[in-house]
Amino acid sequence: MTDQAYNFAYLDEQTKRMIRRAILKGVAVPGYQVPFASREMPMPYGWGTGGVQVSAACLTPDDTLKVIDQGADDTTNAVSIRKFFEKTAQVAVTEKTGEATVIQTRHRIPEETLTEDQILVYQVPIPEPLRFLEPSEVETRKMHSLEEYGLMYVKLYEDISRHGEIATAYAYPVRVEDRYVMDPSPIPKFDNPKMEGAALQLFGAGREQRIYAVPPYTKVVSLDFEDHPFDPSKAPHPCALCGAEDSYLDEVITDDQGGRMFVCSDTDFCGSRRAAGFTGEMSGAQDTHLGAVGE
Amino acid sequence: MQNAVLDGGLADPARDAAFAFRAALDALSRPGTIRQIEGATAPAPCSAAAATLIVTLCDPTTPLYVAPSHDTEALRDWITFQTGAPFAAAKDAVFAIGTWDALAPLGAYAVGTPAYPDRAATLIVEMPTLDAEGAVLTGPGIKDTAHLNLPEVAAFQANRAQFPLGLDFFFTCGARVAGLPRSTRVTEG
Repeated sequence: MTDQAYNFAYLDEQTKRMIRRAILKGVAVPGYQVPFASREMPMPYGWGTGGVQVSAACLTPDDTLKVIDQGADDTTNAVSIRKFFEKTAQVAVTEKTGEATVIQTRHRIPEETLTEDQILVYQVPIPEPLRFLEPSEVETRKMHSLEEYGLMYVKLYEDISRHGEIATAYAYPVRVEDRYVMDPSPIPKFDNPKMEGAALQLFGAGREQRIYAVPPYTKVVSLDFEDHPFDPSKAPHPCALCGAEDSYLDEVITDDQGGRMFVCSDTDFCGSRRAAGFTGEMSGAQDTHLGAVGE
Repeated sequence: MQNAVLDGGLADPARDAAFAFRAALDALSRPGTIRQIEGATAPAPCSAAAATLIVTLCDPTTPLYVAPSHDTEALRDWITFQTGAPFAAAKDAVFAIGTWDALAPLGAYAVGTPAYPDRAATLIVEMPTLDAEGAVLTGPGIKDTAHLNLPEVAAFQANRAQFPLGLDFFFTCGARVAGLPRSTRVTEG
């Protein structure tokens, strides 16, 4: 089978029209989850079928696509989705955040500030922020329509009473344009402040069949209390490879002796800094045995 | 052979529709910006921009209301052949096309329900001119303020007051399109 055996960007045109109409309604009502007739994709649910469908509906032949999984361009999920669109849409691909026009992401927002010319497409597992508080779709839909978000505040309050602080570290709920409470997908709460930006953000949940959007410069407020303000915390370390103090870090276990290192989760950000000459405390460690450094 | 009904669709449907959708998406997510959108050619008086929007977004699942300004047999036949969209009264329409005066009154269209605000009509408004001047726009998609020569202001303020219910608009002129979602606040320029 040749690559041209696929329609452009894999999906058929009627499916794309349906998804496109849902995206437009999502843009018109920021934070509201628009139902859509999610298709089966040639990858399992949980691998980003919602994001893939949104990307497929948005891509043009002129786009340059970047795909990240937890900030990394080189993980299985990112590589397979990037190859999928290389094959079915013949789009250019890149690992450079600044060169991409469409960025599909699983669970991170790139460190580099996004521009007006970029679209960020999130893969979303559970789009409903109230789902773990109220299992009924009928009820959560009613709660959204009545702006009844007290239960969410109770949940955050229970965090404080139990842990002394709001313990939610990822998928931290946000209020969009003073109206809808929205699940930002499981991005670390460190990324929440970046949601108010120049780029259009689209969210696709394939299994749950929902699309939602945050247009550029839309007000996005992380829920909190006056005496417990939102804190986009991160690990108190610099990156061990590039020395960055302001990026989100992954903790990497390096041996069975308690050795560990903290490195940028955004591989392009970290790689660009290292190429520019920045170094961290373990910069030379790649040449030696990592385990020896962790002591 | 020339045929006004059969001709005028997208030459390369998948790719042309992709470019057209991105123009429409950009226009709606950044109210006040004017984008180029073309590819389809419909019988008069339908503009190239409106024709391209229709073939990009409409299909047999989207009832379309054709306002009196555009209600010609040639255009209806073209829409039927190119999209298969059924024609409907304003109250049942998912999309509507016409001039501002012909589309009135806005109260006739579906604005969605509190549970499903997405079930609201999108109006494609044909404009004599389209310029980034006049009424002042603020809200999602707009950094500080934007401007657009809207046909009036009060109707859009009333529309915003219903948020999250309400109508969404595309304004078309020639091969150019601008968008105005229900989330935009409009004041006199």
